[in-house]
Amino acid sequence: MADGRELGRRLRDRDLTAASGALNLIESRAHDAREQAGALLAEVSPSKLGGEAPAHIVGVTGPPGVGKSSLLSRLVKHWRSQDRTVAVLAVDPSSRRSGGSLLGDRARIETDPKDRGVFIRSTAAGSRLGGLAPATRAAADALAAAFDLVVIETVGVGQSETEIADAADTVAVVIQPASGDVLQFLKAGIMEIPDVLVLTKTDLGAVATRAMADVRAALLALGASSTEVCAVSSVPPAIGIEELARALDAHRGRLDLPERRRQARRRHALENYVVEHGEQGLRALGGRLQAERWLNDQDPDLSVPDLERALTDRAESRG
Amino acid sequence: MAEKPSPRLPEPDRPWLMRTYAGHSDARRSNELYRRNLAKGQTGLSIAFDLPTQTGYDPDHELARGEVGKVGVSIAHRGDMRTLLDAIPLEEMNTSMTINATAAWLLALYIVTAEEHGVAEDQLQGTTQNDILKEYLSRGTYAFPPGPSMRLIADTIAYTVAHIPKWNPINICSYHLQEAGATPVQEIAYAMSNAIAVLDAVRRRVPQDLMGSVFGRISFFVNAGVRFIEEHAKLRAMAALWDELGRERYDVQDEKLRRFRYGVQVNSLGLTEGQPENNVYRIALEALGLPRPWDQQWSLRLQQILAYETDLLEYPDIFDGSKVMDGLVAELLEGSREEMHRVAELGGAVEAVDYMKAALVESHRKRWQRIESGEQIAVGMNKFTSTEPSPLTAGADGGILVVDPEVEAERRAAVDSWRADRDQNAVDEGLRALAEVARQDHENIMPATIAAARAGATTGEWAQTLREAFGEYRAPTGVGEAVAAGSEDLAEVREEVERISEALGRRLKFLVGKPGLDGHSNGAEQIAVRARDAGMDVVYEGIRLTPSQIATSAAQEGVHIVGLSILSGSHRELIPAVMEALREAGAEDVPVVVGGIIPEADAVSLREAGIAAVYTPKDWNLNGMMRDIISLVAERHGVQSAVGA
Repeated sequence: MADGRELGRRLRDRDLTAASGALNLIESRAHDAREQAGALLAEVSPSKLGGEAPAHIVGVTGPPGVGKSSLLSRLVKHWRSQDRTVAVLAVDPSSRRSGGSLLGDRARIETDPKDRGVFIRSTAAGSRLGGLAPATRAAADALAAAFDLVVIETVGVGQSETEIADAADTVAVVIQPASGDVLQFLKAGIMEIPDVLVLTKTDLGAVATRAMADVRAALLALGASSTEVCAVSSVPPAIGIEELARALDAHRGRLDLPERRRQARRRHALENYVVEHGEQGLRALGGRLQAERWLNDQDPDLSVPDLERALTDRAESRG
Repeated sequence: MAEKPSPRLPEPDRPWLMRTYAGHSDARRSNELYRRNLAKGQTGLSIAFDLPTQTGYDPDHELARGEVGKVGVSIAHRGDMRTLLDAIPLEEMNTSMTINATAAWLLALYIVTAEEHGVAEDQLQGTTQNDILKEYLSRGTYAFPPGPSMRLIADTIAYTVAHIPKWNPINICSYHLQEAGATPVQEIAYAMSNAIAVLDAVRRRVPQDLMGSVFGRISFFVNAGVRFIEEHAKLRAMAALWDELGRERYDVQDEKLRRFRYGVQVNSLGLTEGQPENNVYRIALEALGLPRPWDQQWSLRLQQILAYETDLLEYPDIFDGSKVMDGLVAELLEGSREEMHRVAELGGAVEAVDYMKAALVESHRKRWQRIESGEQIAVGMNKFTSTEPSPLTAGADGGILVVDPEVEAERRAAVDSWRADRDQNAVDEGLRALAEVARQDHENIMPATIAAARAGATTGEWAQTLREAFGEYRAPTGVGEAVAAGSEDLAEVREEVERISEALGRRLKFLVGKPGLDGHSNGAEQIAVRARDAGMDVVYEGIRLTPSQIATSAAQEGVHIVGLSILSGSHRELIPAVMEALREAGAEDVPVVVGGIIPEADAVSLREAGIAAVYTPKDWNLNGMMRDIISLVAERHGVQSAVGA
């Protein structure tokens, strides 16, 4: 069994070669692996780091076929040219009843395989429709200690960006000209308003120009004035990649990052607790609202597993 | 009294063009082979290029490693083409080139060489295969994205129709679709849809009055499997659809221009590795590996016997008026029209590549399941398997031609000295002009390509210039959409995957990798789909990966086991390279299994080098392979396994 504390320490020292071993632990459901994973996450918690993990966690989501992977190829190349390290967590929706899945996304992101500053890991979304793999949020938290950027890539519209918003600092929704349904979802409130909206395939000329106008009109009608819209083309010569990178940075610059991350950690801890202990466990805490209020009073720098443990202890002491 | 009409032709038909697909190592060795074959009565040339030439890499490129001169001849510049065609009369020769992504370039080299021979381009006869959609769907030697690739095809067609009137600029291949699992209906429908996409692209680039000649120059390359009657009906159905397309869609008035022109190659999907002599009845022509000169002679003599000894050429259409044939053709036509309609609704063949690829993977999966269940019989493989030792594979060469391992080093040095000796300014200027034309969609790529060939540019430089202008592309793998298999046997495997995954703490994760330039992905795709159906998390990234890409994926993905598939004969170079890369990436503990066309002698040395298992086409039972994989992982992690080797 790998030593979680040691892996966590290595991540804290920004040793990127610890990433794969760390995720092997975090993804594991075996009892002793989970203990080690807890130790790992404690090592990269804000209290150990002396503040929030330095990475910018970016969620990238959108319908299949809009060109997310080509876009990421360009973005990763751009970030690498600025000497920023990048981890990509590609969540694949292709799980089957057999439990198995086919994970093919990483090949679509062009990178130099010898560049150790880029790390890509694919995971199956499991049984949760449009959602994140259970371990993805923990994985993002861990990698955020070591990398400059952590990208969570998911497929889907309507549900996944809500979950991503819980795990990422900045959410970019990617659409292409003629993704009219996405605009409908936005208008109908099925989909949350993203921090950045990316329109791909702008090499399509008039179609793209019209699409751009539609997107702006839709956002205006929703009063979403803070959402930046970026038009990009990933086919050579690539267009708009630098602007998009700047828009993502700018969003992060405007954020109260510690507050957003703290809230996210508390929500994760409570969700994990409910998955483990069910409604009965929630009643033992005096209900969801009570639990949330209690969490708000805890040490803001606690890691998710520590918060979970605190919840369990509290339930026991109340019971 | 009127005389009864004779059922015979007034004069026997002319024999067909006889040539064997040939080429290996370098231009000098292949030239010797061609001249020997021509002396034996072969009437044309059919050039096989190696994978780096087919995909646009020079012999010294990283991706060319292990592949130089393997499945065909390595041609990097006009000097190579000159050597390849030395002392061969190009004004008389009919030359077929199996070349696709880089067809415009190889055609340019051929034109420039003819120029040197003093033969004008309008005298040249031959064929460039030049069909990119089937590369995405089956064969894998694509280089550029679909849009620009279709433009290159349209440009070569527009150019040859105007300048080389006897050239067949494209050979639309339904052949490889059947190899990828296509049913007869799929083979017909996808080939015709492909032809429509090509013709529509050309229509935008040539004057309307040339469309008749364009239509008349399109030819097909069709697969003939052992289901003889059905295959024959397929050809008749294709001829009928082609005539209809010419009349209705392209307004071709001249009946002669609407004639369905095709070449046939026998099927190799149905070949078996066990009892290889049985393949002679199945196809008589093809071997599982690079044919030796003697094998090529064997094939040529068969064709000569059919043409000159039998009475085949003395009769017209012997199936004319057959009710069985007409009924079969009608059935195929109905199915094909329906499928063509579906492709058209998706926006045509280019837009429907993903759909067609997934449909082929699915058909192939069903075929495999029929063989595994015994429903479809393959003699010597899943039935009548007891056998005497075969003298065919007993020889020291294992029955196939093995390319001298020195060839690659020779070729690397040769391309280096070519670059050193040429007028670099002329090459730079040629490539600059090419890049400019590539960015102007309305211009024809051929003149700038010919100029670059003349200036001494290399295959890799031509392709790299276009990669920069057009971007790179990865074709769909088609595996994601395949329907899940279900059988009792698989249920047992699945339970074991669950149990082992539980013990490991996370789901058994399996990387299926195809290193090198080999695009034959059937095997890898079927293994990936089956492993998913068995409940594994499968990382499959498609073809053409470098050893370091595979190693990086294995390390970053945290896989429990790696499976490699290689069919181009380059396993001896590539597999040690992958093992080394795995060590460098810190994944040396991950067990590696290998599948492909691997002679037993090589299998022994691979196992000695640490490969956990070697599979060949003899190992057709995929569930058995899954059990091995599970038990290998279990063993490596100290978990008890209930199944396996």
